[in-house]
Amino acid sequence: MKDIATELKEHPFFADLPDPTINLLGGCGHNEVYKPETLLASEGAEANEFFIIRRGRVAIQLHAAATGLARIQTLDAGDILGWSWLFPPYRWSVEARALQEVHTVKLDGRCLRQKCDADPALGYALMKRFSRIMTQRLEATRLQLLNLYGKANEPA
Amino acid sequence: MNLPDPLLPVACEVISRHQNSADVFTVELQPPPHFGAFRAGQFNMLYLPGAGESAISISGDPADRDKLVHTIRAVGNITELLMDGQKGDSIGLRGPFGRGWPIEEAYGKDLLILAGGIGLAPLRPVLYQAVAQADRFRSINLLVGARSPMELLYVDQLMNWKKQDQLRLQVTVDSAAANWRGDVGVITELIPKCRFDPERALAMICGPEIMIRFSVSRLLDQGMSAQAIHVSLERNMQCATGFCGHCQLGPHFLCKDGPVFSYPQVEPYLLTREF
Repeated sequence: MKDIATELKEHPFFADLPDPTINLLGGCGHNEVYKPETLLASEGAEANEFFIIRRGRVAIQLHAAATGLARIQTLDAGDILGWSWLFPPYRWSVEARALQEVHTVKLDGRCLRQKCDADPALGYALMKRFSRIMTQRLEATRLQLLNLYGKANEPA
Repeated sequence: MNLPDPLLPVACEVISRHQNSADVFTVELQPPPHFGAFRAGQFNMLYLPGAGESAISISGDPADRDKLVHTIRAVGNITELLMDGQKGDSIGLRGPFGRGWPIEEAYGKDLLILAGGIGLAPLRPVLYQAVAQADRFRSINLLVGARSPMELLYVDQLMNWKKQDQLRLQVTVDSAAANWRGDVGVITELIPKCRFDPERALAMICGPEIMIRFSVSRLLDQGMSAQAIHVSLERNMQCATGFCGHCQLGPHFLCKDGPVFSYPQVEPYLLTREF
């Protein structure tokens, strides 16, 4: 089995980071497996971690009084889950549920926050990468809001 | 051989009608005697006396000369009346018109087909042809986006092609109930998950124009050249022969020069408001 640093090195999210940085990040991570229907994150719970999904599918969901549970997005192998660990108040804003058996590398956000605070270059490198993901997800959300496949003048 | 007069509708009998979803239906027509072959991506003008004409893509198998298949979304007077049609009815038809998909250009390459909503209908003839000669392509990849699982088109047929390893299929919906086990999200999010060589790929895209623009942007991000991306556009088509100008987009008449274009041909106009 590959060690965590090797897993990270092979992932495009961490591309171009120097080996010492990868090793440092690897020290904050471990493998974790979730059975189908178990929660990786609950809305409102403390967010002190993020995940690299190695295998399986995760549903990102929100509860709304009017519509019940709304599935907003699904994430698959290779995707990154979670950025709430980066910003106060460090709480999950969505629910993340395993739809299949999900294999992850789980990274300790608290440990990473300390390392980023101590090393701004590391913090900037990670922030750039998370900003890219956030930008892509924002763009996708905008498209979803447009109700692309609906009829003209039809509410989303 | 095509119809002798491109402006003269010929009566065709409806040989079957099938409801795909709440507002999408498929009609199969008996081809007129003079109707020859059509190219994947071409369209016909369907005519209802007293109501008018509507440009509808051909969504059937180009190799099947026994029927002309059209999958139609009811979005206006004519298409809503067409939805009320029954087996045995008579519909006027002119066609086929327009320039189709450049399937031959994809030989030896990864073929990427991106379809959003009803945009899958004009691309299904490509799928019929590609699957029938799959060994000519490095791979056949179909990425489908729809509003909800209920609105997905041709599900059984696509799953059958996938099961037989005839194509790689990825489907995503904008929203779904908890019992949906597939992808949720926009079609552009499927592109990075699709395995293809950007330098040896050809993409065909059909769907809402904003979906086309964002999909093209993602494909370019992946390293594809704009010349290798082809799109099918939709405008108000009236004469279908390039005379009336209703469907003009810059220097192009969609009915005659399109509806399929290489992306660089139409890029400036897609980014210009009011075009």
